[in-house]
Amino acid sequence: MARVRVQNEDFDVGRELDALTHGRRDVGGLASFVGLVRDANDGHAIHGMTLEHYPGMTEKALEDICAQASARWKVLDVVVIHRVGSLKPGDRIVFVGVASAHRGDAFEACEFIMDYLKTRAPFWKREDTPQGTKWVEARASDDSAAQRWAKSGR
Amino acid sequence: MVTLLYFASLRETLGCSREQVALSGATNTVSSLLDQLRSREGRWTEVLAPGRQWRVAVNQQMADLATPVKPGDEIAFFPPVTGG
Repeated sequence: MARVRVQNEDFDVGRELDALTHGRRDVGGLASFVGLVRDANDGHAIHGMTLEHYPGMTEKALEDICAQASARWKVLDVVVIHRVGSLKPGDRIVFVGVASAHRGDAFEACEFIMDYLKTRAPFWKREDTPQGTKWVEARASDDSAAQRWAKSGR
Repeated sequence: MVTLLYFASLRETLGCSREQVALSGATNTVSSLLDQLRSREGRWTEVLAPGRQWRVAVNQQMADLATPVKPGDEIAFFPPVTGG
C-alpha cells in the first residue's frame, strides 16, 4: 500500500496530496510533513548539503517503517519521498503524507514515520559550510523522539 | 566471500566504498567479522574500534554484534543516520 520514492528531483506537494485522495471517498483526514534545508545549523551557515544513502536498504527501511505505522494506526494510504544528492537552503528534502478516515490516526502515523525515518533509514547529510564540508552528526533528541513511540505503547 | 559496503564518513576515512572479503575460519558473526577487519592495518582498527559510533546492517537489515554472517552476505558499516 505504501509508496516510497528516493529521488534526486524535487516533488510537488499539492500533487502528492491530491494523489493520496484521488478517486476515494473514505479519507477524512490527510496529514503531511515537509522537511526543508535550513541556511544554518548549530550556529554555522550552510550553503548547501549533499545527501548520501544506501540504495536498496533505504527503500526497504522506509517500506518497513510505513508497514509498522499501518499496523499501529488505521491508515488508508501513505507516501514517503526522500531526496538525495545536492540540495540548497530552502529546498525540500522529505515528504510524508498519510491518509486516514480520522485526523488522529493521520497525525500520529505521520509523526511516527518521520521520527523512525530520522533514526532508522540509511541517509547521511554532508553540509557545505564556510569552513568546508562536514558530515552532520546524529542528534540524541532524534533518538528520544523515536523512543517515545515505544514507551507510549501506541 | 562476503560483500562489505562502507558509507558516508566511514567510506571517506577508509577510502573504500565496497570490497569482497573471504571470511576467516572463525568468522560467523558481525563480532568476529569485526575482529577479522580490525586485524588489518591502522585505519580499520581505528574506525571500527569498539567505542566508536558506527552501525552495521546485514543483508540490508539493521544488525548488531551477535547477528550471524555467512558467505554471500552483504554487510554494511556506516555512521548513525542523519536523514529527514
